[in-house]
Amino acid sequence: MFSRLGYNIKQAFVQINRNKAMTFTSVLAITAMMLILGVFFVATININLFAEVVKQDFDMVELYMEEDFPLDSIKQIGTDYESNEGVSKVEFRSKEDALEIMKSRWGENGYLLDNLGGNPLPDSLIIYVKNAETAETIANEALDIEGVEDIKYYQETVDKLTKTTNFIQIASLIVMLFLVLVSIVVVSNTIKLTVFARAKEIRIMKYIGATNWFVRGPFLIEGIIIGLISAIVSTGLVAVIYDNIMSIIGADIIRILSVPIVPIEYLAINLAIIFVALGVGIGSCGSVISMRRFLDK
Amino acid sequence: MIRFENVTKRYGENIGLEEATIHIEKGDFVFLVGPSGAGKSTFIKLILREIKPEEGEIYLDDMCVTQISNREIPKLRRKAGIVFQDFRLLEKKTVYENVAFAMEIIHKSRKEIRRQVPQILSLVGISDKAYNYPEELSAGEQQRVAIARAVVNNPTVLIADEPTGNLDPATAMDIMDLLNKINRRGTTIVMVTHAKNIVDVMHKRVIAIQNGRIVRNEFGLYGYEHEESLEDDTTEEVFYV
Repeated sequence: MFSRLGYNIKQAFVQINRNKAMTFTSVLAITAMMLILGVFFVATININLFAEVVKQDFDMVELYMEEDFPLDSIKQIGTDYESNEGVSKVEFRSKEDALEIMKSRWGENGYLLDNLGGNPLPDSLIIYVKNAETAETIANEALDIEGVEDIKYYQETVDKLTKTTNFIQIASLIVMLFLVLVSIVVVSNTIKLTVFARAKEIRIMKYIGATNWFVRGPFLIEGIIIGLISAIVSTGLVAVIYDNIMSIIGADIIRILSVPIVPIEYLAINLAIIFVALGVGIGSCGSVISMRRFLDK
Repeated sequence: MIRFENVTKRYGENIGLEEATIHIEKGDFVFLVGPSGAGKSTFIKLILREIKPEEGEIYLDDMCVTQISNREIPKLRRKAGIVFQDFRLLEKKTVYENVAFAMEIIHKSRKEIRRQVPQILSLVGISDKAYNYPEELSAGEQQRVAIARAVVNNPTVLIADEPTGNLDPATAMDIMDLLNKINRRGTTIVMVTHAKNIVDVMHKRVIAIQNGRIVRNEFGLYGYEHEESLEDDTTEEVFYV
């Protein structure tokens, strides 16, 4: 059929032009599906990224020291840990450093911290470990060490997070699959109406000896075009919506929460690729399915 | 050319064709006659593989119609040009485009189409209406276009299913002259009809089917005196004066 691509494309546009309302309905329906899909996709991607970033903290245990615990003793604890085989690096972070880091993370709103009137943050030791087991051992034992007031360790959080993200991924996959199926049904029904209107013509073509692919060609292209238009519209809409939500939430809050956000450019490109593939798939499946009955003979 | 070997086709209880053996040679002009429901349309549907027989083999040229796969059906149908009683032209295409379409289907080049279509249109005598749409033509003219479409790819056989059924007697005779002309160019013609007068005037080979059986296969007249020919009253007036 592709030897006659020009013919097929021309015919497809003629059909679309004759069935503007129908084309519009299909595009609308698919776009709606894709919008929902897009929202799921964006959410999933962001959750995944968040999970990845959090997991990076997994290779580190932070020990918060008691107030006024002597610096030398803190350094001694650090040196002790450094000799541990599973530890790659130990870092001392003074309470002043900690405040600085927090200020820079808060950015423009950092001045709020100036009004604290003191530094509530403790000195800390950050122990980078080579594997999860060491992290667990250190976490379990550290509280018994004199001078250690509290520890920050992400094991449980990470476990919970992994479970949650896995669940979200599977759930959204199911929803997406369902939406794709619905889209195929919608497109195939739309095209079935066009095919129906042209059933007589198709029968004549078959009598003259047209192959199924010859008859199918224009309808296939029609489906693909409908899919493509929907893909473009959906990508644009999702990008705009995403951009708006982000600007409403505000970059500051995002920075303060230290939640990473997938940049819109990256998202838009990937969404476009996915939507185009999906649109072409839905469009072509829909048209082939809708024609089956008419091409049996 | 066309061979039916012991072909039987039933529709449930009803018989379409019963152990029919028919041989049609290349270059023949054959009338297929018989009362309606006798099996004439079954014959055409079988050749075009719209339906398959329960028993027997059907050949068109070297192609075994009963054995080919569904994918080969288009190839089969290109071997046969088909003309219907109701013309079956593509309404949204002009006369020229209708004929060209038959060539587009078999991937003929634009150059070939531009050369061949006008020739065929002039053969069937419709050149002056090339850019009209079917609805702007008279019935006779539409049938000429249908014939042009059927023969433009030089099929080995032209199958005409009641081609004069919708035409007045004079136009019908014009169409018969045209079919004769095409036959003389070497195309085999199988024409299903129950227009007694046409058959009698043409004096070609007649295959008569009744209740699914071949009851007669010889040169000459229509040979029936049944109610079917009454439908062609008007034709009779012209030819039996």
